[in-house]
Amino acid sequence: MNLFASAIQWILDPANYVGLNAIPLRIGQHVAFSLVTVLIASAIAIPLGYLIGHTGRGRGLAVTTSGGLRAIPTLGLLTLVALWVGIGVVAPYVALTVLAIPPILAGAYTGFEAIDRRTVDAARSVGMSELQIVRKVEVPLGLPLLIGGLRSATLQVIATATLAAYVADLGLGRYLFSGLKTRDYAEMLGGSILVILLALTLEGIFALIQRFVVPRGVSGRLGTTPALRTGSATAAR
Amino acid sequence: MFTITRGRLALVSAVAVGAVVALAGCASGDPLDEGNSSSSGSDTIVVGSQDYYSNEIIAEIYAQALENGGYTVERQFRIGQREAYLPEIESGAIDVFPEYTGSLLQALEPDAAGGTADETYAELQDALPDGLAVLDKADATDQNSWTVTQAFADTYGLTDIASLTKVTEPITVGGNSELETRPYGPTALKEKYGINIAGFTPVEDSGGPLTVKALVDNKIQLANIYTADPNIASNNLVALDDPDGLFFPDNVVPVVSDKVDDGAAEIINAVSAKLTADTLVALNSQSVNDQAAADTIATQWLTEAGLL
Repeated sequence: MNLFASAIQWILDPANYVGLNAIPLRIGQHVAFSLVTVLIASAIAIPLGYLIGHTGRGRGLAVTTSGGLRAIPTLGLLTLVALWVGIGVVAPYVALTVLAIPPILAGAYTGFEAIDRRTVDAARSVGMSELQIVRKVEVPLGLPLLIGGLRSATLQVIATATLAAYVADLGLGRYLFSGLKTRDYAEMLGGSILVILLALTLEGIFALIQRFVVPRGVSGRLGTTPALRTGSATAAR
Repeated sequence: MFTITRGRLALVSAVAVGAVVALAGCASGDPLDEGNSSSSGSDTIVVGSQDYYSNEIIAEIYAQALENGGYTVERQFRIGQREAYLPEIESGAIDVFPEYTGSLLQALEPDAAGGTADETYAELQDALPDGLAVLDKADATDQNSWTVTQAFADTYGLTDIASLTKVTEPITVGGNSELETRPYGPTALKEKYGINIAGFTPVEDSGGPLTVKALVDNKIQLANIYTADPNIASNNLVALDDPDGLFFPDNVVPVVSDKVDDGAAEIINAVSAKLTADTLVALNSQSVNDQAAADTIATQWLTEAGLL
């Protein structure tokens, strides 16, 4: 408990708000790094997930590959990439993108798969092209699960982005490493608390987003298969 | 019907018994309570090592030599850096630990004077807390050093640490986080020598391959690499001379608790007597370049040295 108090004291200490190691600066780096990572991962995983979800092909491959990606130890991958490209931010970006891809990919294709086939068939029978079906039916209806995937990816990246400090002067991980190595446990725990707070804040934001992106007709059915008896007309319009 | 119920009952009881056994197993070993469990066997000598491959090799050598002398040894290797394991040694949870004279002295007494190898060793003997002692120091040293690439040294005519003032480009220092606050860290370079240090980049692998690569890639210009590291030779690096004793001499020295009796001390001293500077670099090279395991390297060296 004493340690916890000194960690809070460390967070509130004005001395930690100036210079190149200031807490706001580290938080800013951490958030920016994490968001860019999730963006890169999204750029790869969302189109791929949509393709799999829409065509229904390659699902087995996607499941196995993303399962495999999940099993890769991030620090090991980080070291391996850093030995190849050198120290700096590139290696952490690569390692954490690999970490973020599986949940986003899963969110993208399960979002499509969860849609009632009848809705898709109805869209097709009223004369929508495949592209229109994707854009006007599948993407909006699949959005809640996709946001769920993004949410889980962001949470993992925020928590694991501390590893960036292993090879770069970046993020909240700096407090963890230097606190650990110099037995400054107040700093270490303080840094951890900041990471936790950051993760919880982003969780909250995503919970709100998830609530707002549900198409009007489907709201209230979050988490269950969106059976779209009434919603299809609204969403497909 | 009845038989099914009986079968189910048997299954349930089997699961219940299994669970009880498993839980009992959990209860008997508190994973956080390593200190007590290791000191329970009173005739067992606990050998520890830093989270540093070279230190582990030395610890393994001590351990095998002790086992050869009839002692029961428990290994607690790769514990971490000094900040993490020093309390463990002080509490008596570990009995033998390979250490380095100067670095340990500075950790125990930040204001220590240092000096020659013998002076540092003598100071260390005074600085050790009650219940701990050091045995003979070895000739082998594994010192901190400020290391640059050969090309960088040639460009600016660098020979010793002070000559870094001749460097006109900004110098980025790389190393473990703790280096930033060490008494020989970037701040000391700035204040003591007036060297133009532009920044510090953490590379948390204790002067390992990532640090060497960063240096060779010129992402950092100055790194703290241990002098017994075979990478210095194989990557054309130069450890700058330290005529002012910024770094204390770091002879390999075993720190022991009072559980180490005269017989055990004699065995370890025999090891230290044969551990020269070149020997240590050769041992490290077998790990770094040949990827040999610590116990293989230890057995081989002990056999060659006639200690097994």
